[in-house]
Parts: sequence; C-alpha cells; structure tokens
Amino acid sequence: MRRGLSSFNVASLALGLAFLYLPILILVIYSFNASRLVTVWGGWSTRWYVSLLDNQAMLEAAWVSLRVAFVTACAATVLGTLAALALVRAGRFRGRLLFGGLIYAPLVMPEVITGLALLLLFVAVEIERGFWAVTIAHTTLTMGFVAVIVQARLIGFDRSLEEAAMDLGCPPLRTFMTVTLPLIAPAIAAGWVLAFMLSLDDLVIASFVTGPGATTLPIRIYSEVRLGVRPEINAVCTIIVAVVAIGIVTVSLMTKFSNAKPAPARAEP
Amino acid sequence: MNGINQPDHSAATRGPLAPWRDRAARPLIRFDAVSKRFSNMTALDAVSLDIHAGEFFALLGPSGCGKTTLLRMLAGFETPDAGRVILDGEDLAGVPPHRRPINMMFQSYALFPHLTVAGNVAFGLKQDGLPKAEIGARVAEMMTLLQLEGLDARKPHQLSGGQRQRVALARALVKRPRVLLLDEPLAALDKKLRGETQFELMRLKDRLGLTFLIVTHDQEEAMTVANRIGVMNAGRIMQVATPPEIYEQPNSRWVADFIGEVNLIEGRVVESTASGMTVAGASRIVARVSPMQGVKPDDTVWIAIRPEKVGIAHEPPPLDTNQVAGVVWEVGYLGDVSVYKIKSDTGAVMRATAANVARLIERPVNVGDRVWLSWTSDAGVVLTR
Amino acid sequence: MTAPRPSATHDDRLSYEGLSCERRAYERRSWGQRLVILIPYLWLGVFFVVPFLIVFKISLSQLATALPPYLPILDLSGGIDGVSQFFAGLSFDNYARLVGDTLYLSSYGRSVFIALTSTAILLVIGFPIAYAMARAPRRWQGVLFMLVVLPFWTSFLIRVYAWMTILQHDGLLNHLLLTFGIVAAPPVWLATDSAVFIGVVYAYLPFMVLPIYATLERMDESLLEAAADLGCPRWKSFWLVTVPLALPGVAAGALLCFIPIVGEFVIPDLLGGSGTMMIGQTLWMEFFGNRDWPAASAVAVVLLGILIGPLVIYQHLQARRLERGG
Repeated sequence: MRRGLSSFNVASLALGLAFLYLPILILVIYSFNASRLVTVWGGWSTRWYVSLLDNQAMLEAAWVSLRVAFVTACAATVLGTLAALALVRAGRFRGRLLFGGLIYAPLVMPEVITGLALLLLFVAVEIERGFWAVTIAHTTLTMGFVAVIVQARLIGFDRSLEEAAMDLGCPPLRTFMTVTLPLIAPAIAAGWVLAFMLSLDDLVIASFVTGPGATTLPIRIYSEVRLGVRPEINAVCTIIVAVVAIGIVTVSLMTKFSNAKPAPARAEP
Repeated sequence: MNGINQPDHSAATRGPLAPWRDRAARPLIRFDAVSKRFSNMTALDAVSLDIHAGEFFALLGPSGCGKTTLLRMLAGFETPDAGRVILDGEDLAGVPPHRRPINMMFQSYALFPHLTVAGNVAFGLKQDGLPKAEIGARVAEMMTLLQLEGLDARKPHQLSGGQRQRVALARALVKRPRVLLLDEPLAALDKKLRGETQFELMRLKDRLGLTFLIVTHDQEEAMTVANRIGVMNAGRIMQVATPPEIYEQPNSRWVADFIGEVNLIEGRVVESTASGMTVAGASRIVARVSPMQGVKPDDTVWIAIRPEKVGIAHEPPPLDTNQVAGVVWEVGYLGDVSVYKIKSDTGAVMRATAANVARLIERPVNVGDRVWLSWTSDAGVVLTR
Repeated sequence: MTAPRPSATHDDRLSYEGLSCERRAYERRSWGQRLVILIPYLWLGVFFVVPFLIVFKISLSQLATALPPYLPILDLSGGIDGVSQFFAGLSFDNYARLVGDTLYLSSYGRSVFIALTSTAILLVIGFPIAYAMARAPRRWQGVLFMLVVLPFWTSFLIRVYAWMTILQHDGLLNHLLLTFGIVAAPPVWLATDSAVFIGVVYAYLPFMVLPIYATLERMDESLLEAAADLGCPRWKSFWLVTVPLALPGVAAGALLCFIPIVGEFVIPDLLGGSGTMMIGQTLWMEFFGNRDWPAASAVAVVLLGILIGPLVIYQHLQARRLERGG
C-alpha cells in the first residue's frame, strides 16, 4: 500500500479508535466514582474495589474461572499444536478435509449451539456438569484458535532447517525437539495465552455446561448485570481489562521479538 | 594458518585425477538407473551416474531438470521409485538421512536461527555424542579454516551473507563427511564474492581431501570449480565429461546449445574420406571439417562452431578455408570481447566474437559493414543428434 | 572463458516444493505421527461431532418430565425391540412447531435481518479504518494493529456492559444530550434496536477490520503506481485495483461477523428490548426457561441449517488463506 494518510484516513482512524476505546475508558473512570449513581460524579474513590474484597461470591467465581482457564489453556495448547502439526505436516490422510473443517468450525460456530450440543453430550454420557465439563467445553472451543496460530507459524517454517538437522545426524524425534519446537515456541505460547483469555471470557457455553459450585466469573457478572448497572461490576471489569491488556501486550511483544529473530535466509540484496 | 588462501601446489588440483577412465576403479557414489516421479512429472528418468572419490563433480542443468532431486536422493530426503543409490558399495535404500555419512550445504543455508554460530557448527558433532573437548577443538579448527574467528557467539541474523555462507560450509564440513553436497551454494552471493568463493571451494576440497558434489544452474560456476560436469535435462543425463570436453566436444546439439553460444549449421554429408569431410549446408554453406567415424555420405549432420573460433575480416579469406560472406547486423560491445551478428548472403544469421586486444574507442567492424567470416576445418564439431 | 553465461536463473526446486502437502519421502508415518493426527481428531470427534448428532437426535424427541427431560432414549439392551421402539418414538413435532408458531419464524427472521444489516454497517465503518491502517507509515502499523486487537480480547461481556452504562435512561449519553440541549426530553436507548446495533457493531468491529487490513497490507504498492503510470486517476484505481484485491478480506470479515451475529445471545439480551427475540435468545429461553430440550435442539438444528452455507464458504476461505501462508 502507498504510504501517507489523507485527512479522511486520519479521521476514520481517530473516530474508529475513539469508538473502540471510549466505552471502556468510561467504564474504568466510573469504577473510581464515589457515587453509586452513574450520572453523578461523586469524586475519586476506591470504595468499590474495597467492597469487592468482601464479595465472597465474586471472588469464588474468579477463582473458578482462573482454574478453568489454566487447565483449558494447557489442554488446548497440546491439542491445538498437535492439530496444527497434523494439518501442516502429516500430508494427505483420510479425512483431512473434515479434520480441517472441524478445527475451524468452533471459531465461528454460534456459542448457543456449541453450548447446547456439549451439554446434551455430557448428559448423555453422564459427565457431571461443573468444573470439568466447563473445562472440556472450553478446551474444545479454544484448541482451534491455538491450531490456527501454530499452523501459521508452521507454514512459514523453513523445512530445510529440519533437513539440515537430520543431515547432520539428528534423528527425527530429536530434530523436532531441538529445532522445530524452539522455533515455534512463541506461537505455542501465544496460543496458550489466547486460550486462557478466551476461557476467562466465555459466558454462553459455560452457562450451559456448568453446575453447582462451578459458577465462573462471567456467569457471576452476567447475573448481576441483568439487574442493572452496578459500581462493583465496574470495578471487576476494570480489573479484568487491566489483566487482559497486560497479557495481550506481553504476547504481542513476545511474537514481535520472535518474528524479528529469524533472519531471512538470503539477506544480501 | 590460513592455508586455504594460498594455492596448494603440493596436491593434485585438476589435471591428473581421472579415475573415471579406469574401468576397474570402484566409484564412491553410484546412481544405478534411478527414476523418480512426482505426482504429474518425471523428475528423474533412469539416471545412471558414477562419481569417484576425490572428485569435484557438478550437476548442471536448467530449472526442473532433476539435478536437485538427484542431490536430495543422495542426502536421503527423496527415495527413488526405481533404481539404487550406492555409496562405497553399500546400497543406501532405507538408510535415513541422519545415518548417512554425507553432509549437505543448503541453498538457503538453513542455519538454525536460535543457535549461535558456534552452536550451529557444533550441532552435528553433538549428534554423534563426541566428547566436549573434541567438539570444541574441531569447531575451533573449522572456524579458523573458514576465517570465522571471533564470530562464535553471534546469531545467524547478525552475519553478512558471505559469513552465513561460510558458517553453513563449516557446519557441514566439521563432520568430515564422505561426500559434501552443495545445493546452489553461491546463488545468494553477489558476483564478485561468488567468483572468489569458487576458488576457495576448490582449495578447501583439495586440502581436506573430500568428494564434493555441487548442483548449480550457473555454467561458469560449474566450469570453474568442477573436474567433471554432468549436464542434465528433463530428468536425464545428457553428457558427463570434463569442462573442456563439454565445451569443445559436446555430444549433442542440446548440450552444444545449452553450454555457451554456438553456431549450428545443418547439412548433408557430401563426401567423407580419411583426410576430411565435406558438408553442404541447407543454407548453401559448404564446409570442410575434420574426419569422423561412422558418418556416411547423405547423412544429415550439424556442425557446431563456437563464435570465438570464427574469424571476422573486411577482406575475403583464401578460397580453401571455410567462409561465409555477409553484412554486420548487430554488434554487442562487452569490454573484453565484442559479439557480432552477421546476416550472411544466404540468409543465415551467424555469430562471431573477437577479443578486443587493441585499445581502440572506434571499433574496426561496425553495423552495416560487408565482412567475411572464416573458420578452420578443425574449429567445428560434427554432431549427429 | 567468455562464452558460457548463466542462462537459467531458477533452481529446480519446483520438483518438490510445489508438493508441500505430500509427505516427504523420509517421513514414514510412525506410531508417534499417527497419534499426532489421532489425538486431536478423536477429541473433536467426541466433543464436537458427536454432540451435534445428539442434538439432532433429541430434536426428534418428545418433551418428558424426567431427567434428561426427553423421550425416547435409545436403549440398546432392549435389542431389536428397543431400537424399533426408539424409531417409533421419533417425531417431527418440534419442527412442525417451529414452522407453525410465529414466535420462532420471527426470531429467525429478526436474527438474519440484524446480522445482515449490522454486517453492512460494519463493512461501511470497518473498511475505511482498515484502509487507513494499511496506508499508515510502516512503523505505526504494529501499534495500530495492537490498538484494534486490544479491545477485541477485552472480555466480550464487559464491552457490552460498558454500553449499558452509556445507554441507560439516566446514562452518560442522555446526560450529554441534555446538557448540550440537543434534545429536550431524554430519548430511550436501552432496550431498543438501536442499542442492539450499536452493541453488535462495537463488539464485532475488530473482526471486520483485521481481515480487510490483512489483505490490504499485503497489497503491492507498485500496483497503484502502475495504475497511475497507465493513466488511471487515484479514485479510479481505488475501485479498479484496491477494492477487487481486498475482496477476499472483505468476504472473510463479513462471514466472520455474520455467522456469530445470527446466533448472538449476550448483546440482544442485555441491550435489546423484550419484544421480539433473536434466535439465540429463543434457544436460551427454551432451554433455561421452559426446560424444553427437544425444542431447543430443533431450534439449534434449524439455525445450523441456515448457517451451513456461510460456514462452508468461510472454512474454504480460511483453508485457502492458510495454505497460501497468509
């Protein structure tokens, strides 16, 4: 693309970014509002954050969500990486087309459908609704995202690196461990964080498959939000926004760092 | 110290080595009727080729001729559909790449971006489980040999193109392979560096006493470095010979045309005796050439004459030499030589090149001049296919 | 030597690089490699394919006041009788109800209408943003990309909730409108269609911008220079060169928005009115409210039927993009 911005371009960027960020910014600001009423600015205060500490239900939900997200991220990373390897490296195998479809499908499938379908499965095979049901559901949902990220990295991978390792006497499995894995590690790490975030974020699927004692943070927030805007929720949301922002920035820096690393094979112009 | 920079006069460089002439000698590498098909194209069509220990052998050919496939087959990255690949009498079928005593220098260099230069060079030795001290010593020795001292801790992306090329070479050579495979090793270097590196490769080979097999599409490179060249086209070996033989005695029109420039005159044998042969060209050129076995009168043949063996003059040559009269149609001035295209009176277009020996700004032969081309009876080679 | 000059410029890698899908010769499929395929395949089979088969089966069942609340249940211990009883118990009543009851039909209609309209709005808003991003100087592009991605990963629920704060009756928007005297009486925002559109556009904007940006960013600058060189004015080369080349990105973005919006639940539930529901809400209500699992399943099956076309096209685009190494 040609470089250089017209005033129209600058305006669309500015308005677009304002549209994206203003609502969140307002939310963050109002979480520090001393007044209970949204329209009234009662001065700066951290009282809603303090009162959160007493909100046992909210804290428990957050703890459940974190545990689910952690297990989900680990499982989805393993499964997603395997799926990416199967798609890029296994060549043609029976059912490859279906396999590819299955991996991308959860990315866009409306959540109500996935949630309902998984719940019916859990009921049919008598898996108890609760922590593990939510974790399995989230793993199924997020492994596709991991697969897509790792797959992109594998496709851009110079296979002569692996051939060079084998040529120098490295057996295939060790080649994978010493050459392939270190080089796709940033993508795998990014996939892990992504799966973690998505799991932390999901409301609909978790609502279907959760059970007593496994109320996740979004379910908790949702049940309170349905009753209207509440300052404590603003505080919870601000904390989540902060955590997510830090996580995403870390990942971006990581990928940027790793992308800058492998020098083009023939840089001599 | 930097032994490779001084010409190594003690070792036999190119001349005397000719084990392929000895029928009893066992080749180091033998491709025995090797064929390979990819889904919709034939990459190799029953290729047989012997390469002897100590050779610097070049596989030369246009894109897609199968030369890289042949190289990768020796490294173990491709398996033949039919035929055998034999190394020192042992069939390599079923031997995976990591167990072959052969190392390769990749066209992209394939340096591990997450390892340092020293880590890259040591990689292969570590796979062999050598003691640390020996690995260190051999890596240091190889780094010195290839003038990579002081770069140990660098990562590949911090190196220049020439340095990367040396690291790739060091990494493959440090394992002391039976055969070093070079896949377009100099393609990424600029022209000047490429020329220097070609001679360095030759010195390295002689110094280490290894066998090199290089794949290249660059004729000059193949002619410079190799003691023998295998010219390939469309999955077949067209000719295997030394560089002078390939250039001066091509065995077919295809090879004559692929290597360098050539004038090809199609003609009919009029007379063939022990002293010489007369060929009448389709374009009414009559030429006397050296005698040739197995060619009878009325056979169709082609005379291949290299442009630099064609003389160009404003005056007609003596009547008993081969000659064509014509008008200069185009002139290309290349500095060391000039290339002339002449439209002969019979309609054929011929090329002649002449070295620019004298320092003249105005060239003696110019477009539109009436000139005579001439060549001796042994300047052309007669081709029957 | 002067005569031989390089003639061929390419290597003969063609012979194997065009076949990246085919296994390399040295990779004989070992048990380890089989497992690499088998493990994720089995997982997706058990937790993605089988559930849909169950949904389909239950959509053909009757409501029962047991747990699970549907009949018949396939009872293989009953032998042939059990199976035939199972088939005899199948009914299309749920589907008949979907067609007969205007509640469902209008839900589907509304969902598709909202999805189509908001996808169009998203395209109109998203394309200029993506275009401006792609034209920005190279060193800004990473930052701009991050800025667009960042809210996308900030909890969906929170972003929708943020608009509740703004749009509610005594919310920030009305407060501003009244303060500046733009309106005399505060208009109703929350629980209207406008709120749903605002929420959808807000939540899905990154999904539209990023694929378009990705295609525009890859576009070769010299194409526009070539167009200009050939006498094409800039506004014209935008339509003749830029837009056609951006089409794959536009298609991907549109599908990436349209498909999930049709099944959207959170946005209409929190921002929309209680009048007509979108199909996601209907499904939710059947399941959680009425505990009518067979009806919810039938709703899901029909929804899937509506989306199968767009889904297949999207997968096709996605696969092609990845195979090309985008």
